[in-house]
Amino acid sequence: MYTQGLDQAGSKPRRRDGLETDAQLAAFQARIDADEKIEAKDWMPEAYRRTLVRQISQHAHSEIIGMQPEGNWLTRAPTLRRKAILLAKVQDEAGHGLYLYSAAETLGVSRDQMVRDLLDGKAKYSSIFNYPTLTWADIGAIGWLVDGAAIMNQIPLCRCSFGPYARAMVRVCKEESFHQRQGYEIMLTLVRGNAKQKAMAQDAINRWWWPSLMMFGPNDEDSPHSAQSMKWKIKRFSNDALRQKFIDATVPQAEFLGLKMPDDKLEFDEQTGHYRFGEINWQEFYDVLAGNGPCNRQRMATRQQAQADGAWVREAASVYAEKQAARNAA
Amino acid sequence: MTEKNWPLYEVFIRSKSGLSHRHAGSIHATDDQMALDNARDTYTRRNEGVSIWVVRSSQIVASDPAEFAAFFEPAKDKIYRHPTFYDIPEDVGNM
Amino acid sequence: MTTHSDVEQARLTYALRLGDNALVLGQRLIELVAHHPELEEELANANISLDFIGQARLFYSCAGELEGRGRTEDDFAFLRDDGEFQNLLLLELPNGHFGDTIVRQVLFDSFYVLQLEALVSCTDAGIAEIAARAIKEVRYHLRHVSQWLIRLGDGTDESHARVSQSLLDLWRYTGEMFSGDLVDDCLRDACNGPDLARIQEQWHDNVSALLKEATLDMPEDGWMISGGRQGVHTEHMGFLIAQLQHEQRACPGASW
Repeated sequence: MYTQGLDQAGSKPRRRDGLETDAQLAAFQARIDADEKIEAKDWMPEAYRRTLVRQISQHAHSEIIGMQPEGNWLTRAPTLRRKAILLAKVQDEAGHGLYLYSAAETLGVSRDQMVRDLLDGKAKYSSIFNYPTLTWADIGAIGWLVDGAAIMNQIPLCRCSFGPYARAMVRVCKEESFHQRQGYEIMLTLVRGNAKQKAMAQDAINRWWWPSLMMFGPNDEDSPHSAQSMKWKIKRFSNDALRQKFIDATVPQAEFLGLKMPDDKLEFDEQTGHYRFGEINWQEFYDVLAGNGPCNRQRMATRQQAQADGAWVREAASVYAEKQAARNAA
Repeated sequence: MTEKNWPLYEVFIRSKSGLSHRHAGSIHATDDQMALDNARDTYTRRNEGVSIWVVRSSQIVASDPAEFAAFFEPAKDKIYRHPTFYDIPEDVGNM
Repeated sequence: MTTHSDVEQARLTYALRLGDNALVLGQRLIELVAHHPELEEELANANISLDFIGQARLFYSCAGELEGRGRTEDDFAFLRDDGEFQNLLLLELPNGHFGDTIVRQVLFDSFYVLQLEALVSCTDAGIAEIAARAIKEVRYHLRHVSQWLIRLGDGTDESHARVSQSLLDLWRYTGEMFSGDLVDDCLRDACNGPDLARIQEQWHDNVSALLKEATLDMPEDGWMISGGRQGVHTEHMGFLIAQLQHEQRACPGASW
């Protein structure tokens, strides 16, 4: 999920490596066009490799940072059943981060390096996780809207041209199928509850609707590198197409809940069969992506703290393994 | 403190008895026991397995994609290895 | 003399205590989500926490049936005051660093495994059934955290020093596991429940062997703190309960 900012953030101009001949590039494109999967040890253009490392690692970082906003409610989940479900979901996010780092590692970059890039602020993650979870309803809204948007993004990635990424996404999508449903179930329970709970549900949508639309990334005309990603079949649909699909699927679900999306311009267009919607605040999007969202600093600080606190543990395990190996060799 | 990267392991899972182990993904661990635990905790959360193999990724010997043609293509034209190569009259029945 | 209703009451209290232990430790472990030293350990800890929450739910439901007044797992978890919880004090202590968490878990799981093994043959069918299920989970937990204790004890000088201190800090909470009250006596005598004196011996032997492998010194049994069985907790408990019950208390009577 969460690969929105990728085709611009940190994207360098394509380097034509001296070793990459036109014949190689053409042969590679022919494989892609024939819907062949590219595997890690296969020849690939350096720019393809770099695009994938960046996209997959950002995706992985997003999963890992994404544990925090929901983790914020683990100790306060209102029932034991909800607590167990939420924990299983947050655990899935850790697992998905792990699968994705593994997929990126096949391209020759170590997980430790990717994690360092994140902690040093060099790598990006999805803007959505820089918003705070203020009430229990936010946990419902995240499951329903954020995971719903993520799934729209992720299902096409199961057919991505790079084999290890595609396989990781198949596993991720299969496991995530319960995430959106549990979120919607939380919302349903709230809107059927007392007045305070209903208000909580509406408030959560008010805060999460627009940020979840931003998850699909900038408008197509502002997404200059998308074309190359589509040509390489890393990306299968444009940002705007996926966003529209998400809106069309989600608005009726809100109506069923009796909740209103915070957009006065939202209306169904009989002619196109799609919903028309208002202008996204792109300034906010770029601000959050640049580090100026409500929780950016907090999320990074938490991650950095965990990494620092664990250093002596990771070292002890390595040293113990060396000692054991030496003993076994003796 | 200089940190050492934890080694990478490949994980293979037998989903039920009677089937082969299949590659599921990879994990990091400092020792073999930890690798098994981590594989169990990561890849069998939904009851996906009855047996796990882990092996250090560095220990796997793999064929080279650059030698694909020499390595695999010679097997392509040995069609007489396959049952459909042979014409047996229908009257003979299943064979 | 033990009457029928004494036995009934003891079974109920015992089930609640098992639930309280599982819930309070599960709640503490959940606080660690997104704070683990390595990604793989996030998954391991979440599995362990999920097991404990699952066990708490089962023991509370069992208690609800024994009580017969219609109270649910959530009523026990969210609508009792901290003084009504009867968990071991060890389990409510703040997590500290990774070594503290591992040592706490080793000390408790070493006990819990033996307790559950004994409970499998308890004559209370409800408790015995849950114990038979939980024992598989807890055996894995114990193995996992024991391996970690060995790595930390026999790792670097720093890790050795850290877990040695964790042991010293937490040792005084271990006596409470074995100092039973009338409820424990009643369950042992009337329901073939655990014999705490025997468990203590086995625990001592097992932990001593593990610490030896981890190159750690076993602390002397000195003064031991207790109070959990009487609902007299540490200062930390109030905060744990406040977080746990936050939503149910803020919005009384709502469904979730």
